[in-house]
Amino acid sequence: MNFFGFGPSAEVEIVLDGQESRKTAEIKTEDGKKERHALYYDGETVAGKVNIQLKKPGSRLDHYGIKVELIGQVELYYDRGNHHDFLNLVKELARPGDLFQHTSYNFEFVNVEKPYESYTGSNVKLRYFLRVTIVRRLSDIVKERDLIVHTLSAYPEMNSSIKMEVGIEDCLHIEFEYNKSKYHLKDVIVGKIYFLLVRIKIKHMEIAIIKRETTGTGPNTFNENETIAKYEIMDGAPVRGESIPIRVFLAGYDLTPTMKDINKKFSVRYYLNLVLVDEEDRRYFKQQEIVLWRKGEKTRKPFQASLQQQYKQMQNPNVQFTSSDSSLKSAAAVGAGKDHTNHKTSARSPLEDSSSSEQPTPDKEFRSVINSADVNSPVTSPLSEEGPPVPPPPTDQTPPPHANEKNDSNADDVETADNGPTMNNSSPSPDQKVVDVDENQEPKTVTDQGVEVEDVETPPPPTNSTPTPPTATAAGTKSSKKSNKNRNKSKSSPVPVAEAAD
Amino acid sequence: MEATKRLNVKKQTLDDAYAAPANFLEIDVINPITHGIGNKRYTDYEVRLRTNLPVFRIKESSVRRRYSDFEWLRGELERGVIVVPPLPSKAWKRQLPFRQDEGIFDEDFIEDRRKGLEIFVNKIAGHPLAQNEKCLHMFLQDPVIDKNYVPGKMRNVQ
Repeated sequence: MNFFGFGPSAEVEIVLDGQESRKTAEIKTEDGKKERHALYYDGETVAGKVNIQLKKPGSRLDHYGIKVELIGQVELYYDRGNHHDFLNLVKELARPGDLFQHTSYNFEFVNVEKPYESYTGSNVKLRYFLRVTIVRRLSDIVKERDLIVHTLSAYPEMNSSIKMEVGIEDCLHIEFEYNKSKYHLKDVIVGKIYFLLVRIKIKHMEIAIIKRETTGTGPNTFNENETIAKYEIMDGAPVRGESIPIRVFLAGYDLTPTMKDINKKFSVRYYLNLVLVDEEDRRYFKQQEIVLWRKGEKTRKPFQASLQQQYKQMQNPNVQFTSSDSSLKSAAAVGAGKDHTNHKTSARSPLEDSSSSEQPTPDKEFRSVINSADVNSPVTSPLSEEGPPVPPPPTDQTPPPHANEKNDSNADDVETADNGPTMNNSSPSPDQKVVDVDENQEPKTVTDQGVEVEDVETPPPPTNSTPTPPTATAAGTKSSKKSNKNRNKSKSSPVPVAEAAD
Repeated sequence: MEATKRLNVKKQTLDDAYAAPANFLEIDVINPITHGIGNKRYTDYEVRLRTNLPVFRIKESSVRRRYSDFEWLRGELERGVIVVPPLPSKAWKRQLPFRQDEGIFDEDFIEDRRKGLEIFVNKIAGHPLAQNEKCLHMFLQDPVIDKNYVPGKMRNVQ
């Protein structure tokens, strides 16, 4: 019976092929909670089945068609009505007709291009999902299921270090160095700060990872900065010639790959912010962009799932499988796979069998696939879940060679020029003051990369406790050894370094 | 396994390690003296500076300044881009007649004001931008403040 408006008369379930063995990933929702969904990569086929269960068996569900869509969309929070779909594939599952019983339809979107990574941010969201629509006269029945897509990259060919001399004329000159300009999400930032001239009274130094999400274009550009991590790397007053080491383990933080101009709608970029704080709580900082990328993981499990997927491809997706071969039957998509207009009855409900069908005995499956003439050799299959066919990186990778030359103003190598933001004197942000003193006409001996100074009217409450991440190391504890008039603050002994498991 | 060992560092020379700090700057506001009698009294303070910063022409200086001189300095610096810290209060109430204590010549009041002025001048003098202002150098090191000076930045003193 189909009562008008009294709840849906059918329940729709979307089941993905191999979903038990497929990797999942977590993503934040808009309200900060974490959700876990099946993980797909670019080029992978998205296949599965749609199970429609009638609320009252024996009743009839009239419909004007049933379809399944695979959608990738960008949603800007300030413009909710206008989703932009950069991916929209449709498969018609059933032409207009009636359903009298629980029904199951197979679907397959072959080798789908998924150019962007799933992302939930402060002002924008990019998501992929399957949507099943049962079109009806008054109200459609719609069911969605989210997918998560990760974009993998290979080790960058060029990954030079970032090395720069910056400062404020006659007050503070430092040279900072980070071992790379591109880091993967589980990488370690190794660097150092070398003091060339210290004429201000430094109290401590900290480093922070800032995420900048840019939405909108032109005059409507909106940047949202979020401090992902911050911690102190030096306590006390350094003098000329001292080097302070930096080591930041990225795996402990909630990071995404760098995303540039995604679908011309938004960007997500990451910056390292080095901040020195003086005795009067003035902050001197230098931001430097780093590129983050996602490395493919090597695991064995998905291999089985990819084989299953390939095998299913061989089957005709929309025909009920009645083979008597026991090994093949267990692998097949079961249920009353529908021909468009037939009202076939089947003894087995698709829901009953779904649990058993997805887990064929691996050995049998493997053997049958190998012996089959139609299947490509698994090794060269483009559907490998390890992402795009990339030669795996050598496990004993030696650290990239450092750029030995100083990065003077005119000699910026292409990498850093590309990645660094333009910290020129001409464009300070509203709440910052650029301190470079141009007034003296003497030729500058320092690069024209300025250090920005932020005045603080009232000193912040004395917090020496910045959130320490699980694998943080407070390197270089120093106490002021020279007699400055003002108070010395020396911290406790160094925190032991946590081992980075890999 | 990622290499996490430190980058190569230049070794610091012993000279650099044990030299006098390049950021030595001490400014004291001391010795308050009240001059004059009756209605014509005023209090001034010694502003004593010791430094090795190249930007200061005189490495050890001492001048006497009164509260209104500090106000003048603050006014001059406010015209620039710096966020100028506050002065200790003007204490109008203390200047009204019929008080039990000495008003603005009260010992405790002078001591509080002295402390506030010392904090103020240290904050300012350590600011990289303020260090280039002529008015600051005139305030700290010239015997007499010439209020008709030409405002501007210092030439590079080395």
